[in-house]
Amino acid sequence: MSAHVVHDVLHGPAQVPVAGQAPQQYLRMDGTLNPACDLELAVTPQLARSLYREMVLARRLDQEAYHLQRQGELGLWLSCRGQEAAQVGSARALRESDWIFPAYREHAVALVRGVAPAELLAQWRGCCHGGWDPARHRMHIYSLVLGTQTLHATGYAMGVRADAAGEVVLTYVGDGATSQGDVSEALNWAAVTRSPVVFFCQNNQWAISTRVGTQTATPLHQRAAGFGLDTVYVDGNDVLAVHAATTMIAERVRAGGVPGFVEALTYRMAGHSTSDDPTRYRSSEETEYWERRDPLTRLRRFLDNNGWSDPAWLSELDGEAEQLAADVRAACLALPEPRLEDVFAATLVRESAALATERAAFTAYQDSFL
Amino acid sequence: MTPGSAAAPTRQLSLGKALNAGLRQAMLDDPSVVLMGEDIGALGGVFRVTEGLLDEFGEQRVFNSPLAESAIVGTAIGLALRGYRPVCEIQFDGFVYPAFDQIVSQLAKMRARSGGRLTVPVTIRIPVGGGIGAVEHHSESNEAYFCHTAGLRVVACASPADAHTMIQEAVACDDPVIFYEPKRRYWDTADVVVGSPPADGLALDQARIARHGSDVTVIAWGPTVRTALDAATVAEQEGKSLEVIDLRSLSPLDLPTLTGSAARTGRAVVVQEAPTFTSLGSEIAASITEQCFDVLEAPVARVGGYNIPYPPARAEEQYLPDIDRVLDAVDRVLAH
Repeated sequence: MSAHVVHDVLHGPAQVPVAGQAPQQYLRMDGTLNPACDLELAVTPQLARSLYREMVLARRLDQEAYHLQRQGELGLWLSCRGQEAAQVGSARALRESDWIFPAYREHAVALVRGVAPAELLAQWRGCCHGGWDPARHRMHIYSLVLGTQTLHATGYAMGVRADAAGEVVLTYVGDGATSQGDVSEALNWAAVTRSPVVFFCQNNQWAISTRVGTQTATPLHQRAAGFGLDTVYVDGNDVLAVHAATTMIAERVRAGGVPGFVEALTYRMAGHSTSDDPTRYRSSEETEYWERRDPLTRLRRFLDNNGWSDPAWLSELDGEAEQLAADVRAACLALPEPRLEDVFAATLVRESAALATERAAFTAYQDSFL
Repeated sequence: MTPGSAAAPTRQLSLGKALNAGLRQAMLDDPSVVLMGEDIGALGGVFRVTEGLLDEFGEQRVFNSPLAESAIVGTAIGLALRGYRPVCEIQFDGFVYPAFDQIVSQLAKMRARSGGRLTVPVTIRIPVGGGIGAVEHHSESNEAYFCHTAGLRVVACASPADAHTMIQEAVACDDPVIFYEPKRRYWDTADVVVGSPPADGLALDQARIARHGSDVTVIAWGPTVRTALDAATVAEQEGKSLEVIDLRSLSPLDLPTLTGSAARTGRAVVVQEAPTFTSLGSEIAASITEQCFDVLEAPVARVGGYNIPYPPARAEEQYLPDIDRVLDAVDRVLAH
């Protein structure tokens, strides 16, 4: 069965079910303002430059991690290239006190939340399953089983609501994961319990090799609306639009509104993972189409148009990105090897006698080689 | 109430009511305890275990869930991460499978996945086993799935007194606990000391020698403990002395108590409702054999369900271990 291909100026060689509705867009491809935009956003040079800075750093981190995988230093890497605007724009729309439940590709979000390169890469080097302290960054560890984190976020938000804490919980989910029953259960429960949670769906159009049109016959934001959520459909490669849309939804949720759902239309520029071969299932024409819609390029044009990108600042940013790359590499290579004793220790809060016996047998066996 | 105080009132309670009183005590002792599950509010659950708790504690702490087991456990994990101590009711044993991923991949592994940083003190109550003439999916014994999963504690109560204390200890435990309730024993009635667990009582992960004996060790848990005790009474009339162990903790196993008894008697029989193939009984038989091989007089015998789907209600008497099947196994190990 061949996909029904409709070339559309925004969607590209399309596989997205078209609702007769274009996503909200603040910046056009050339970096000029889109007069049709309904979103409210006070764009200051500080905001635009800081968003650009974080996207540049995220891309450089992603590139360095990709190289480290190719050099055998990481077991696997899941690139976020192309999704920097969706991730930085949404994460920056939250308050520091708000909680984030990511999927597994939210490296730019982790960077925004102050997760250190070593903490981020440890999992992909095979040193641990979750490298950072969730409480410190108010960001839960990655969830690799698709959609499971949406229920954790919903439950956490039920607690926030019971505590009357005024926090917002934001969870990331991809287009593919929306097919999981857990996601539908989460959308439904969040709406029924009116919990302060925002579902941020990065529709990057591909679930490994499966097109979004194979996942759903209905636009994802429309499905969420059917559950009773407050939804917005936004151009996910437009960081200013993402920031404005997420801020709007998050603040309505914080004020006691129904849970929110942001569908950000973006594109996964790399393969699903470093083990993937996207040339087997998508055309170079399609990839090139989205390369021309790169989120960094678009914001850079906007900065240039406004005279907000002086050479000294850009040069400083280049230097910062190169330093980050060097830090990422050094931190990766310096990661300590994991110890099985630590896994024993983390299995139960209070180690059982049975587990202590097994651990002792393991240790004695290891020591027998000394 | 002071734990173990002499003033603690003793009441005649059914196992179901003893659980209800235990949950009530847990909620009084810790305001972070919340109850969630299908129909647990105004109805009090299909077995009435949560009866009256909505009225006493309000809908912030006792709430009905939409009918989605994965969501019950998944949101309980989120609540636990927020600092709550959720107690989930799964309505019947056969309904737990939609929550399997959330239990096995999320709840059980959350602590290890986070390098010990995260604690998820969730208790999952499951009415378990057959014997009540139920329709399909309402009579299963699925403990092996959860015992096989590192990071979970799995327990089964067998008597009203243990039901009352064990549910409180499970709720207070910082590890996730699968709490099995023997549904055909919900109406068994006995004296229960109502209140917080006594400080000198058994720990949640300890087995209990329910009856002392010298010829054969019979190991049972949940609904088969009474079967084993009844078999011991009959065996006594035949001049055979059975030691009955109520396992209580299915994971971790209290192996010292099991092997200590098996070493004294030299013979052991494991009695369970679950099919014996790759079951908890198999693990117990293997462990006793490994540790007591030199003093065993006979191979460890297993009595349990057959390796077939749980049968229709009118055939379940043929499937469930009863006194005669236990005594038959006792005779086999004594024949060695």
